[in-house]
Amino acid sequence: MFSTQKISLAKVAAKAFITPLTVRTFASSAARNVSINLHKGSFESYNCDAPSLDVEISKDELVRMYKSMVTMRRMEMASDGLYKAKLIRGFCHLCTGQEAVAVGMETALTAEDNIITAYRCHGFTYMRGASITSILAELLGRKAGISGGKGGSMHMFTPNFFGGNGIVGAQVPLGAGIAFAQKYKGHKAATFSLYGDGASNQGQVFEAYNMAKLWELPAVFVCENNRYGMGTAANRSSANTSYFKRGDYIPGLRVNGMDVLAVHQAVAYAKEWTVSGKGPLLLEMETYRYGGHSMSDPGTTYRTREEIQHMRSNNDPITGLKQRLLEFNIITEDEMKAIDKAARVEVDQAVEEAKASGEPDISEFWTQIYQKGSGVPTARGREPEEFHHY
Amino acid sequence: MSPMLKKAITVSIPSVRQALARSNPVLANALLAKRTYNSKGGVEMTVRDALNSALEEEMTADEKVYLLGEEVGQYNGAYKVSKGLLDKFGPKRVIDTPITESGFCGLAVGSAFAGLKPVCEFMTWNFAMQAIDQIVNSAAKTHYMSGGNVNCPITFRGPNGAAAGVAAQHSQCFAAWYGSVPGLKVVSPWNSEDAKGLLKAAIRDPNPVVVLENELMYGISFPMSEAALSKDFVIEIGKAKIEKEGTDVTIVAHSRSVGFALEAAMLLEKEGICSAEVINLRSIRPLDTETIIKSVKKTNRLVTVEGGWPQYGVGSEICAQIMESEAFDHLDAPVVRVTGADVPTPYAQNLEAFAFPDTDVIARVVKRTLNKKIGA
Repeated sequence: MFSTQKISLAKVAAKAFITPLTVRTFASSAARNVSINLHKGSFESYNCDAPSLDVEISKDELVRMYKSMVTMRRMEMASDGLYKAKLIRGFCHLCTGQEAVAVGMETALTAEDNIITAYRCHGFTYMRGASITSILAELLGRKAGISGGKGGSMHMFTPNFFGGNGIVGAQVPLGAGIAFAQKYKGHKAATFSLYGDGASNQGQVFEAYNMAKLWELPAVFVCENNRYGMGTAANRSSANTSYFKRGDYIPGLRVNGMDVLAVHQAVAYAKEWTVSGKGPLLLEMETYRYGGHSMSDPGTTYRTREEIQHMRSNNDPITGLKQRLLEFNIITEDEMKAIDKAARVEVDQAVEEAKASGEPDISEFWTQIYQKGSGVPTARGREPEEFHHY
Repeated sequence: MSPMLKKAITVSIPSVRQALARSNPVLANALLAKRTYNSKGGVEMTVRDALNSALEEEMTADEKVYLLGEEVGQYNGAYKVSKGLLDKFGPKRVIDTPITESGFCGLAVGSAFAGLKPVCEFMTWNFAMQAIDQIVNSAAKTHYMSGGNVNCPITFRGPNGAAAGVAAQHSQCFAAWYGSVPGLKVVSPWNSEDAKGLLKAAIRDPNPVVVLENELMYGISFPMSEAALSKDFVIEIGKAKIEKEGTDVTIVAHSRSVGFALEAAMLLEKEGICSAEVINLRSIRPLDTETIIKSVKKTNRLVTVEGGWPQYGVGSEICAQIMESEAFDHLDAPVVRVTGADVPTPYAQNLEAFAFPDTDVIARVVKRTLNKKIGA
């Protein structure tokens, strides 16, 4: 039989991440029969209703979320190490601390939905089906990389994930275009276009909002507000930091982006909203990155170490989910440790596989400039003798 | 056309032709067109109608092809190129956009990533500067950066280069800029056959293609061959056309300049000065260097003509490639470029006349190059 237990919200300590809840479980672990109550402050809405604070989810999904976040963090930590060992070159933007956004989104979406984001994309690439090996190999510039080693950190794609984009803000109209294609083809699915607090002021973002609303595209715009656009705090870049309201004629939702279940709930809500024909919606995920903007940024010249530490200690998405899983007996401490260990092993193995992969063949220098078979007859190298004939 | 006018055109009186060109550039162009060496055919079509046919045929053939841009729908096109398409295909496939080039170009590129075949119209290519990031960084480079995982079968089109009296911000030629980008194909049609065949090829091409039309050519009629009227007529991108064969000098041009080059060639022939071979580039990228080299080996002299600015332009590229090729040994004189002047286009008509090359300028330069001999 099931038991119910309600705790007054007032009794929740201000810093506590976990909220009281009602837990009912049936025999099947795959059925969405776990009911978790989110903290009242999880959502703030603008011109729409907030989603329900009651999350209906399955044990399997919860465990998968945990596993995904742990693995993602391991992967990013491994990337950090590889960059410091000079095996990764150029740009490398890690999502450590922001795992809840990519993971919470994935559980609420299907393979028919599309996602596009900017350069902080490794986590999304993983959630959208890429193997860890292919991501790490791409960072290392190897043949086994998901883009054949030709793109690097910022240019990773899967069939329903459109990158990985290097030009701040450009991905937002692209995302509106992907949503446009979905509507054009009659697909009942949505496209989620992510951008940061820094990108939110780009003119083309508003151009995308306008067309999405005018043409009622199944587009959800997601501002991943991690409080800093590179080294510039949100309130130093934006006259209006209520990013979820910046859509003006597009309703919006502000979400606790450090809580994977809140993210899941908001994304499910947004998908339903947009696919049911209500047009676009704006989500603002309040999140935080522990690392700097990129590997070239220590991340401490424009914010305090105390702030970073505070977020790690009190708002960590993995710790938060962990506490929930334990408190509601979803899995045991030992099972959790096993997952942690397995993730470490998986990532370590992927690192070895990625390192073992060779650099791309020199012939790949000349390929994929144009579609195979439809290209130009020659390509010039650095000097007249360095000529490639197709 | 009155006999006197006809005579005025055939006679080598620069002042008469200049006067006509200045008073009525459209008519001057029309007369030019009638005297060109086009494929034989009984039907005549304006460049505008040829483009319209191309769009209609490709939209009929493939559901994934759609057109978007400012005023393409209810207005029937700022220059009427898309006339009737909204009525025929409906608002799902012919889309009037807000005046937001950066946004709607990005949207079009994104839709191409997701499997559609957009035709993205810029009212003029000048306005595409607001969208150039999406054209170059999103459309051109993504197939390569993704290791072949992402495709972008998009066509960008619109009028490029000089119009009449529209001054500096509305008269720039972008052939050289887009022509330098790996990942893009760039075409520049001159006459109606070019317009139809190249636009159809561009739409069918799975790569991003830039189509540089010319507003002053839209209203000009040209004969269309039987083949060109077919709904499967495409012109191979990357192949130039020899519009007129000759033996003494090669003139290479693209877009509107082809007409002036042909007129100059005929003038010089009539005056008994030389027999010029005129090549219509048709494609800026890939550039058909092979055809140019072959011609130079035959004629030993080369003059390039374009409407764009001289520095770092199409002519500059041709010069460099010819110099680096076997054609260098066949040159009896240095290659010369005829280009737009290195100034922002002025408004006053007498000043504007100095901004872009015409028949007389080309003829003068060709004569000069014929008088040069290496070592002399």
